[in-house]
Amino acid sequence: MRRTLRWLTVLLALFAGAAWAGHVVTDDAGQTTRFDAAPARIVSLLPSLTETVCALGACDRLVGVDRYSNWPEPVKTLPQMGGGLDPNVEAVVALRPDVVLIGTSSRASVRLRALGLKVVALEPKTRAAMRHTTTLLGELLQVGGAAELLARIDAGVQAAADRMPPAARGQRVYYEVTPAPHAAGRSTFIDELMQALGLVNIIDAELGPYPRINPELVVRLDPDLIMVSQQGAAELARRPGWAKLRALRQGRVCEFNAAERDILVRPGPRMPEAARLMADCASHSASSKKEAGGA
Amino acid sequence: MPTLAPTALDAAPPRAAPRVLWLAFTLIVLSLLALAWGASVGSTGFDSLRRAFDDPAAAQIVWDIRLPRTLGAWLAGALLALAGAVAQGLFRNPLADPFLLGSASGAALAVALAYAALGVGGMVAGGGSVALLQAASPWLARLGFTGAAFLGALGGVLLALMLARGVQQTLRLLLAGVVVGFVLGAVRDLVQLAQPDVLQAMQGFTLGITGFVGWGGCAVMAAVLAPLMVLAWALARVLDALALGEATALSLGLPLGPLRALLVGVLALATGAAVAQTGLIGFVGLVAPHLARSLVRCTHGPLLLLSTLVGGLLLALADVASRLVIAPQELPVGVLTAVLGGAYLLWLMNRRAGGAR
Repeated sequence: MRRTLRWLTVLLALFAGAAWAGHVVTDDAGQTTRFDAAPARIVSLLPSLTETVCALGACDRLVGVDRYSNWPEPVKTLPQMGGGLDPNVEAVVALRPDVVLIGTSSRASVRLRALGLKVVALEPKTRAAMRHTTTLLGELLQVGGAAELLARIDAGVQAAADRMPPAARGQRVYYEVTPAPHAAGRSTFIDELMQALGLVNIIDAELGPYPRINPELVVRLDPDLIMVSQQGAAELARRPGWAKLRALRQGRVCEFNAAERDILVRPGPRMPEAARLMADCASHSASSKKEAGGA
Repeated sequence: MPTLAPTALDAAPPRAAPRVLWLAFTLIVLSLLALAWGASVGSTGFDSLRRAFDDPAAAQIVWDIRLPRTLGAWLAGALLALAGAVAQGLFRNPLADPFLLGSASGAALAVALAYAALGVGGMVAGGGSVALLQAASPWLARLGFTGAAFLGALGGVLLALMLARGVQQTLRLLLAGVVVGFVLGAVRDLVQLAQPDVLQAMQGFTLGITGFVGWGGCAVMAAVLAPLMVLAWALARVLDALALGEATALSLGLPLGPLRALLVGVLALATGAAVAQTGLIGFVGLVAPHLARSLVRCTHGPLLLLSTLVGGLLLALADVASRLVIAPQELPVGVLTAVLGGAYLLWLMNRRAGGAR
């Protein structure tokens, strides 16, 4: 009896092995890579991928990360391989990873592949791409729970949306990504979050994802609310004509610090937090509008 | 300008030849030492070298990463220095560098366009466009960026030649090069404005990275360097004659037009080959000829040889240093060469000023 059981277990393991053997992954660059087993040693060179791997419960399989990966906490103790665009190739190879996760814009992937490493290039820029990436990583790492994680993320974003007071909805928002100024346009992940929260991006769709805009455009469109990184906020009022913007006069500017900005620009498992940050900003702004209106 | 200008004919003392050979020998030995140093320095340090014969991973690190990248840095430095020495002789200007004729801006623009067309911007919803899938095979992608940089560098120089209506007038050529540099730079800015993602990806290229050079890249650069060295050596007399002024060179009966075109060809090919593999590494091409000239005063033949060797050694050392400074991470090597090269030029300038007093 026990012997039969043991055989059964072996058979089952074999079947499981056969099912996983030859798992082929097609990444965002169109590269197909064959994996015979679930990768046990992972190097991630893109923060959003690092966060997704950890959210899938495979944080302990990470052996190295890029210098910008800073969440969750255990990641900070891992050896840093340099930036995603200029990683130390030798340090990556020395870790003998089963897979290297990297952004699609890095030239390093060619070199790493040439050295015999398995490289999967992924760079989610939208919620749909984030779903695709999470599912793909779940399959690659052979961990269950990708679907649950995605459901949790969607529920979290929805919860943030539900917390938005009706008065806060419909605000027209200008989101400044860099002080160049580059705006977050339509078809970006930030815009999708705005939509989920019932906010309206002032940037038109035809301007593309992250257009560099004429500061005059913002003056003309006069947004209800401005979201900006911390170092950009101080100089906003100093820009010609901006001091008269309604949002600036009524103090409806949200400044995000570096840690918050990391959350807001990385399409990954912390999307609910990003939505909450935005929702808090919008609700606060709506209440200050009431005060300003009363005064 | 005359104080800094390469004054060739009056400067060759009779006993220069043995000194040149001695210097060349020393530089080659130092380069080999740098190569050995390069093989033993990196994220895992000397350890990998010790275990290179029994541990396959350590062997891979030494043979497939450290050696090709150090050799690649040497070759790229040598190419840039050769181009720099040729440029300084050709334009009779000590501040001429390999990127003078628009090759740098041409290469940078081509790479930015390649990024915009192939990679970064086209990403939608994890799927990927047709262009992206076409760029998928690593060979094609590699050809994409390396080839684009090479063609761009040559294209920039050709454009400058066209605007200058040939190579007849040095000043015209120089000005055309400056114009091409600015205009192509502006076009690149436009590309980057349209697709901000490109901007970030371009950073690696404009700073210069030696870390991604493999044996293939080394072979390409060596195959370009060897014939160019021979050609430049054969044309060194032209540079010597040019140092005395164009009128004198003409009166010596030299067919200046075709010879100058050949020299521009050497300049463009050497720069293009180096830039394609490593990106824009500044200052090596400018400083190496000055350094060689301060070692020995000689005619252009030996000067080209010594400059090439000095440039190779400089960039190989800079490559090693880029791995050491913030180990186990790496500094882009272009940052180091700019700092070191700038400091050297400043020192040279002050020394000259002191000597003049």
